[in-house]
Amino acid sequence: MNILVCISKSPDTTSKIAFTDGGTKFDENGVQFIVNPYDEWYALVKALELKEAIGGKVTVISVGDASNDPIIRKSLAVGADEAVRVDAADTDALFVAQQIANYAKEHDYNIILTGKETINYNGGQLGGMIAELVGLPYVAMATKLDLVGDLATIEREIQGGSEVLEINGGFVLSAAKGMAEQRIPNMRGIMAARSKPLNVIPPSGGESHTSVVNYELPPAKAQCKYIDAENAGELIALLHSEAKVI
Amino acid sequence: MRTDQYTGHDYYNMDDLLTDEHKLVRDSARAWIKKEVSPIIEDAFEKGSFPKHLIPGLGEIGAFGPYIPEQYGGPGLDQISYGLLMQELERCDSGLRSTSSVQSSLVMYPIWKYGNEEQRMKYLPKLATGEFVGCFGLTEPDHGSDPGGMTTNFKDKGDHYLLNGAKMWISNSPFADIAVVWAKNEAGRIHGLIVERGMEGFTTPTTHGKWSLRASDTGELVFDNVKVPKANLLPNKSGLGAPLGCLDSARYGIAWGAIGAALDCYDSALRYSKERIQFGRPIAGFQLQQKKLAEMITEITKAQMLTLRLGQLKNEDKATSGQISMAKRNNVDMAIKIAREARQMHGGMGITNEYPIMRHMMNLESVITYEGTHDIHLLITGLDITGENAFK
Repeated sequence: MNILVCISKSPDTTSKIAFTDGGTKFDENGVQFIVNPYDEWYALVKALELKEAIGGKVTVISVGDASNDPIIRKSLAVGADEAVRVDAADTDALFVAQQIANYAKEHDYNIILTGKETINYNGGQLGGMIAELVGLPYVAMATKLDLVGDLATIEREIQGGSEVLEINGGFVLSAAKGMAEQRIPNMRGIMAARSKPLNVIPPSGGESHTSVVNYELPPAKAQCKYIDAENAGELIALLHSEAKVI
Repeated sequence: MRTDQYTGHDYYNMDDLLTDEHKLVRDSARAWIKKEVSPIIEDAFEKGSFPKHLIPGLGEIGAFGPYIPEQYGGPGLDQISYGLLMQELERCDSGLRSTSSVQSSLVMYPIWKYGNEEQRMKYLPKLATGEFVGCFGLTEPDHGSDPGGMTTNFKDKGDHYLLNGAKMWISNSPFADIAVVWAKNEAGRIHGLIVERGMEGFTTPTTHGKWSLRASDTGELVFDNVKVPKANLLPNKSGLGAPLGCLDSARYGIAWGAIGAALDCYDSALRYSKERIQFGRPIAGFQLQQKKLAEMITEITKAQMLTLRLGQLKNEDKATSGQISMAKRNNVDMAIKIAREARQMHGGMGITNEYPIMRHMMNLESVITYEGTHDIHLLITGLDITGENAFK
């Protein structure tokens, strides 16, 4: 069973967010990048669990320049067998999906896992687009996956409960919290990652259909207003007239 | 204890000078420590015992002999990775780092450098995983800063050596499987011997009542006519230079470790000062607090630069004992001062185990004393720059 896992680079959650070029570009200066946690903790680890249970190979694929290599090496240290980097700027979701779909078709992957979204852009589009392009069913935001032979049983949370689906054959799945648990690379993994293949390939076709007009930071938090504990009347008045919540 | 919210601090973008593997080793160790050690370290410190269940995990993150070559079961990392691992361990607790330092630099290093191939193959792979834990016997009750005066000795009895004497202040001794022991032969020459737990006449009493390094076990090594097989003598180096070579490696790790302790105190003080409101605003806005914080990050940054350069020299096998002494002395002194200032910044909360400061402060009192005291390191530098020996 060969599994393709899509991994993306995202800023560490403690990074200071700023923009350049008139608010059209994310300022990467001084930012630490990590593997997008949904890709790493859930999609990649689930793929490794499947491989450990039933055998096969786990390939991670990422679209981006050489600055993606550290997160790819980390994925190899966590346990992926090999990696592919499509050497192109990840301009928009469709372009990235086209690159991954082309690779998946060419190399006959019929189980493709992604995280449910990246923690920086929160797009959540990639899985669906890849599924359409490779002609496989898609399950979004899955929290559980069991595979027996060709039969996949997939659970996902829905409003007020959960939904259980079955797919016979290949599929694309986006993984949400609950799918697996984070694995911290150990030294054996870090050592093994040194010699695992990282194939850099050129982009094949594809085009971007969207471009960024502007990024904006959320408005700064308003100042806290302290009201004396004895003065409940003033609090109620302000909640009514100023905050307009009662 | 609160959730471990630590984040690294890198004011001069030192990360740009590290490789991807350095950062992966460091960040993986940090993640493991936050998950496995931070939640239990205060408890271990209070109970006064080393959390032994962590030993296999320490092996897995590469904390045992990081630079030991792969052929002997080590990860084969460079000296900067070794340093970063020590930094992360001591960021959590100096006792944790001590256990790793002893195993790596004082047990695995001499077996690797001074042992024969049979000894390397017998011990190093098991020490790398933590299946074996080792300790190092140099200091004696009457010989601390003057190890050359040791009285522990061994006599050649034909088919074995007979070892007598006692060592004290030995990290890991109460539970160690093996001890690398330095003793004089009949000609007064210092040699290293591997003594195994279970050898008749060999005991390891625990040292009680420590107010420092409480999450690390310390004890004595007592040798009462211990028969040591001749195959257990480290054959490739003798004289005081042999144990001092081990100390150089350990002191280098301590130089990095102390940065970790300082970073944790600074990180906690910075966060606390932003959250603590007095006189209607965060105390981080007051000049006296800013002075403390600014001086802390300045000293940490200087230590990071000094130690990274030392790591580069170590990688090229060019670092001198004098350079290592300077870094160990400077960094531990820097860390202990930062711990004291950070404690003040936390006010009354700084004396509770809600914050790690007081634990670091108490631990660092050992770190500034062991592996060459603060003053002895000054004399090493003094000897190095003047050529005049002030020890004797």
